[in-house]
Amino acid sequence: MNNSPENPQAKITVRDLTMAYDSFVVMRDLNFEVAEKDIFIIMGGSGCGKSTLLRHLIGLLEPAQGNVFYGNENFTAAGPLERVKFIRRFGVMYQSGALWSSMTLAENIAMPLEENTELAPKAIRDLVSYKLSLVGLSGYEDYYPAQISGGMNKRAGIARAMALDPDILFLDEPGAGLDPLSSRRLDDLILRLRDSLGSTVVIVTHELSSIFAIANNSIFLDTATRTQGAVGNPTELRDHSENPAVRLFLRRGEKSEPPSIPMS
Amino acid sequence: MPAKESSSPLARWTRDGGQMVLELSGDWRRGGGTADIQGEAPDEAPARYDTDELGDFDSTLPAFILSHLRSVAKPGDDAKPPLDGLPPDLRGLMELALAVPEEVEARQTPAEFSEIKKLGKTSINVWASVLSVAEFTGQSVLALGRFVTGRARFRARDFWVIVQECGAQALPIVSLISFLVGLILAFVGNVQLANFGASLYVADLVGIAMFREMGVMMTAIIMSGRTGAAFAAHLGSMKANQEIDALKTFGFDPFDFLVLPRLLALVLMLPLLTLYANAVGIFAGMLVGAAVGIPPVLYWNETVATIGLTMASLGVFKSVFFGAVIAMSGCLQGMHAGNSSASVGEATTRAVVASITAIIILDSGFAAIFTVLDI
Ligand SMILES: Nc1ncnc2c1ncn2[C@@H]1O[C@H](COP(=O)(O)OP(=O)(O)OP(=O)(O)O)[C@@H](O)[C@H]1O
Ligand SMILES: [Mg+2]
Repeated sequence: MNNSPENPQAKITVRDLTMAYDSFVVMRDLNFEVAEKDIFIIMGGSGCGKSTLLRHLIGLLEPAQGNVFYGNENFTAAGPLERVKFIRRFGVMYQSGALWSSMTLAENIAMPLEENTELAPKAIRDLVSYKLSLVGLSGYEDYYPAQISGGMNKRAGIARAMALDPDILFLDEPGAGLDPLSSRRLDDLILRLRDSLGSTVVIVTHELSSIFAIANNSIFLDTATRTQGAVGNPTELRDHSENPAVRLFLRRGEKSEPPSIPMS
Repeated sequence: MPAKESSSPLARWTRDGGQMVLELSGDWRRGGGTADIQGEAPDEAPARYDTDELGDFDSTLPAFILSHLRSVAKPGDDAKPPLDGLPPDLRGLMELALAVPEEVEARQTPAEFSEIKKLGKTSINVWASVLSVAEFTGQSVLALGRFVTGRARFRARDFWVIVQECGAQALPIVSLISFLVGLILAFVGNVQLANFGASLYVADLVGIAMFREMGVMMTAIIMSGRTGAAFAAHLGSMKANQEIDALKTFGFDPFDFLVLPRLLALVLMLPLLTLYANAVGIFAGMLVGAAVGIPPVLYWNETVATIGLTMASLGVFKSVFFGAVIAMSGCLQGMHAGNSSASVGEATTRAVVASITAIIILDSGFAAIFTVLDI
């Protein structure tokens, strides 16, 4: 049984991970590493198990086989109490937003701050409006999730995930449902957060433009083979991957020339 | 990374040839204590920042700057405040935070109410809920009408699942409760009646009490806690998830589709459960009777002699109404639930409280009517 990652430098190491719901195997034999300050993309067709992988990384689901390491510590083998100390460093945005519907946006973001820090109420208020400003929602502090639009819910979910300046940010399809400008600002935001706070970011997304703009590493989950199709920098995968499914995915199904991606 | 000694966060306002300068120094970290602010904060945005002494920072620093910029921003002035002198990362974050202007229109001022206004609001709400109950009852009758004429559309499968849930699956709890109620009635009755040597009348007492009141009452109360609450929670979360809207856009009448099968199922099953509860109660009484020396055959004959068909049908008759009340208050509260998960809980509570209250009030009404009619 291997109980340490091969490369303890890596932020997240996944070894021989098999994910299953009871007897239904979603993906098998996943092996990859996420380095410190990576912007790591999980991509693949709809229903291939991206959200499932994310839920394994944050401990909401248990691997059928294999291990997840953070640094050189085994997260999968850790008990519930030890896990809390990992989980404190995570910020997570769920695919459906998952805002607490009986709290206002401000309360949604303030709650983790109130429960986990000693900050004064004024400081918390400032932080809350700063986080909402970052996602372009300043002024909506006192709205309930049901009173704002779908895309706004998504952005508020991102603001909540960032509440504690997490060490590792997990975002499940943050760009879905956003207009091109907001989506572009979101890319900027993710890069800025990485640069200023040194966060590592793991993102599930299909938005090719944002994949090429921000990612420096990625994994492609292949539905056909039920395992990883490729791991690496998405631009290189698009141009040089040996797996045709990966190249096809990254070229939106166009067989020959790569699409011209405007450089930012 | 070498461990640096962290210094406490400090902000100082200075004036440099007519320009406001904000000097930031120290480590701005969440655990690093409250920032020390020196000099008087001006009512303008700083023209420049001096960050030579600035150490590490997390979100507390941009939050602090943003809160100042927002507090001095003039309404309607879209010009971006200068950010010169900030380190590139921080500057980038501030630009992002300022990229979308604050939605001033969106701000909600918390409504303040005087006591009189509150009273008025409460009265309006009470009246509104009376109206909504009336409307709901009306709609139920209309839906029943559509059902009878065969124009109501719902899935037979749903109906049978609900029948199973509020019928067969309720049997264990109904059995337990009515058995115990029968037992208690018989015991308490026997203690008194034995004084007169009239133990046999325990059979009359248990029979009358079960058939007239206790059987139907206990069943109705169990079902409103069990099934009424489930209806409210189910429909309430469907409402919160916009599933009801989805039904509407497919041309299903949510009333026919959701309320009608529940109403029919409960109106059908509650009388049956009541009959069953009565039988279990009598059986429990019979057991107690046997224990105190009344032979079961004697007990049975006494019961049958006392309870005619009229009395036996009273409870069942009432249960039809109670079933309708439980189903309707569960569905009403569920359909009118708000959009949050908390409102689903509130709807469930209201459904149970309302249906139990209504059952008791209705039952007193029936008691009065039956007395007048002398049955
Ligand atoms: N709770 C569950 N129980 C059983 N199977 C599940 C469960 N959740 C997901 N699955 C299955 O696992 C597979 C992967 O689902 P997952 O939600 O991870 O997909 P995804 O890659 O995130 O897709 P999308 O891009 O559409 O969000 C699907 O086939 C789905 O049917
Ligand atoms: Mg998903």
